[in-house]
Amino acid sequence: MNSNTKIRIIAGRMLQAIPSVFGIIVVTFLLTRALPGDPAVYFAGPAADEKSIQQIRESLGLDKSLPEQFLIYLGDLVQGDLGVSISTGFPVAEELWRRLPASLELTLLALIFSISVAIPLGIAAATRPNSWVDQLCRLIVTAGVSLPVFFTGLFMVYIFYYILGVAPSPLGRLDIIYLSPPPITNFYTIDALLAGDFEVFWAALAQLILPAITLGTFTLAPLARMTRGAMLQVLSSDFIRTARASGLTRSTVLYTYAFRNALLPILTTLGMVFSFMLGSNVLVEKVFAWPGIGSFAIEALIVSDYVAVQGFVLAMAILYVLLNLTIDILYTLIDPRVGLDG
Amino acid sequence: MRRRDFIKTMGVAAGASALPFLKFLPAEAAGRGDTLVVVTGNGPNSMDIQRKGTNRPSYQIAVNLYDRLVGYGTKTLEDGTMMYDYQKLEPELAESWEVAADGMSIMFKIRDGATFWDGTPITAADVKWSFDRAVSLGGFPTVQMKAGSLEKPEQFEAVDDKTFVIKLLRKSKLTLPDLGVPVPIIFNSKVAKANATAEDPWATEFLHRTPAGGGAYMLERWDPGQQTVYTRYDDWKNGDLPGVKRVIIREIPSASTRRALLERGDADVSLDLPPKDFAELKESGKFTINAAPIENSMIAIGLNLNFEPFKKKEVRQALAYAMPYDQIFKQAAFERGIPMWGGKSFTPTTIEWPQPFPYDTDYDKAKALLKEAGYADGFEVPLSFNLGLAQWSEPMCLLVQESLAKIGVKATIDKIPGANWRTAALVEKKLPMHVKAFGGWLNYPDYYSFWVYQKGRLFNSMNYHNPEVEKITDETLHLEVDHPDYEPNIKKLLAIFFDEVPLIPVYQPFLDVATQKSVTGYEYYFHRQLDCRSFKKATA
Repeated sequence: MNSNTKIRIIAGRMLQAIPSVFGIIVVTFLLTRALPGDPAVYFAGPAADEKSIQQIRESLGLDKSLPEQFLIYLGDLVQGDLGVSISTGFPVAEELWRRLPASLELTLLALIFSISVAIPLGIAAATRPNSWVDQLCRLIVTAGVSLPVFFTGLFMVYIFYYILGVAPSPLGRLDIIYLSPPPITNFYTIDALLAGDFEVFWAALAQLILPAITLGTFTLAPLARMTRGAMLQVLSSDFIRTARASGLTRSTVLYTYAFRNALLPILTTLGMVFSFMLGSNVLVEKVFAWPGIGSFAIEALIVSDYVAVQGFVLAMAILYVLLNLTIDILYTLIDPRVGLDG
Repeated sequence: MRRRDFIKTMGVAAGASALPFLKFLPAEAAGRGDTLVVVTGNGPNSMDIQRKGTNRPSYQIAVNLYDRLVGYGTKTLEDGTMMYDYQKLEPELAESWEVAADGMSIMFKIRDGATFWDGTPITAADVKWSFDRAVSLGGFPTVQMKAGSLEKPEQFEAVDDKTFVIKLLRKSKLTLPDLGVPVPIIFNSKVAKANATAEDPWATEFLHRTPAGGGAYMLERWDPGQQTVYTRYDDWKNGDLPGVKRVIIREIPSASTRRALLERGDADVSLDLPPKDFAELKESGKFTINAAPIENSMIAIGLNLNFEPFKKKEVRQALAYAMPYDQIFKQAAFERGIPMWGGKSFTPTTIEWPQPFPYDTDYDKAKALLKEAGYADGFEVPLSFNLGLAQWSEPMCLLVQESLAKIGVKATIDKIPGANWRTAALVEKKLPMHVKAFGGWLNYPDYYSFWVYQKGRLFNSMNYHNPEVEKITDETLHLEVDHPDYEPNIKKLLAIFFDEVPLIPVYQPFLDVATQKSVTGYEYYFHRQLDCRSFKKATA
């Protein structure tokens, strides 16, 4: 496959994403308007009267008809303007820029942790079914899935911070004595490295460890299960038998032939797990005071801040589309049989 | 040079080159020395209290970063908790003030030498601009100003640089105290005007992000949703220089994490801990627990008079006799409050407010009253509470439900999400029976009555209407407390509240703040925010 066709494939996938993104825009617009509670009443404050509520309704444009509001919204979107969050008074784009990297940084690290534990565990379990490794895998997977995140989180804080005192105080992205590195990517660890500031890098990393493990524990289960299942299936197939019969070494059989073929379902699961982690780690964010995107969205929903909710859903939708695109491309790299134009 | 050493030196060099970004706060910032670390559940969403949509935690910005003309004195409660003294106004930006002989205007003398953070002197023109803004913006600031009879820009006059005059629309005891609430803050009008636009003449966009004032603290940084950091303004002239140089306020949403931080000594002050945690921290004896009753505030059950059975006074009284007061107080409130039941008599002897209502749990009396009203077989009623306050209101409602079942009243619990509460309870006033938690800023029973018992008022979620209450409230609202008519009228008012019980008070809640023993100077304020100016910290 030459690079030209690859670019065409990517462009094609991008085009395919447009209708779904537009659909998402319409649906979120309608859903946020259907939210119970009147934003104007809420934002007028506890002591407002009819007149000031009406003033606010007009200033928010809520007195206009729905189609009119939608057209205004679309017009703004085209100019890259996501609107101003009513509750925080900041442009939604700015809020997302501040919070999305925090969530991404945490999620990526959690994913790395999760992968580095789940995949070896799954492979080991698959190569020795019903051995102690397999039983251990089963135990970890069950525990990971059945322990609620806020419990794991609080438990970790209790053990590692409160009792042992080895973890830094769960105060969010950086301990009080440090100031955040000059923002370039808004990933604190990367920004600290770019600024050459190792002290802050370690501090930022230290803050990440407990929440990342908490979040990662929860996603161990689907990954380990999928690895084990896929590996079992591949290991029992004919070409592995042939490879073994040809006298290839155990590691060549396992990693070059079996694992590569088992990777496809794992990758699919990974994609799902990632998007799930990004949006739904509100509880982890609460326990570790992590200023992520999840709590932003929940707070916006609670106060009927429809502008912020729209912006959040749109950002997540675009992220999801990009993620699926990446995974599709990775498929072609891993498995030549997957032809995208087929 | 070995490789490891090389990396080490590189790190130091790079670190030094990054110094303009101020890599560290000074060493003592980590919860020692003259830095105060505060952990709280919610942080400010704006630097401007007068903006629409500004949340309650943002009031602390107005308190600490801005000056008002006047402030309040301090008094000490029996248990050593300090609280503001609403009866004693003290000079803040105004050095002194004088009420005109006819009582229809007040002249304020602006303090000599008082400057904004940028060093420019604070003038009467700044005060005028700030007051004009508060009465013109609409919404919350305008309504709050109106409570003090401050309604239009024509009332405010800057006579010269150091003299500011308020012309009164009527004589009212609420005018001067209303100048000490967080709303009428003094902005640096030159800075604000320089950042105003034609569509935004009051610079709301600018002041939302950037404070411009001359208060005791300056803003060092604000990361919304994460932290707010104040530094002391060392040239502050409008009061005693604060004892703490820097205040770091971190937002920690989880109450358990906040408690862990306090117990590990990483935080000096913890706000918003649930009653249970406070009770346990107090038990441990390792921390200072400052508990001040929230003034002019009661946790109560509201009965909506639009609901057929509640139209009868006997039914309302029956319910007041059927409340499991003691259980609610112990199991839902963990005794973090003052009981508001078990009063001695239906005729009030004092005008203290809030004071215990003359009811107690007495199921026989309740049943008899229900029978008298023609509801011997009871009735069914939804009991609503705000999910945002579920921590204590949910157990409270369950206890009430259980208790009402004993007199044949079947209560069904109705949870209302925080975003809808205001619309359902206060605007549409459609909840038959609901938990109320109103508190008035200015500490007078007539002020409470104005908001809660008068017809059509926002917080009258009971749809209560009594011509006598209307009349007495209107008459007493602006009357001085030492006026001969005041006390007899208020007693009459309270007697009506007791007898008619559209609102069944259960307890007056505490505002609990836990601090390390090394921290002193916490002072309770009606706005329930930390006034960091009075804090002191012993250096270990």
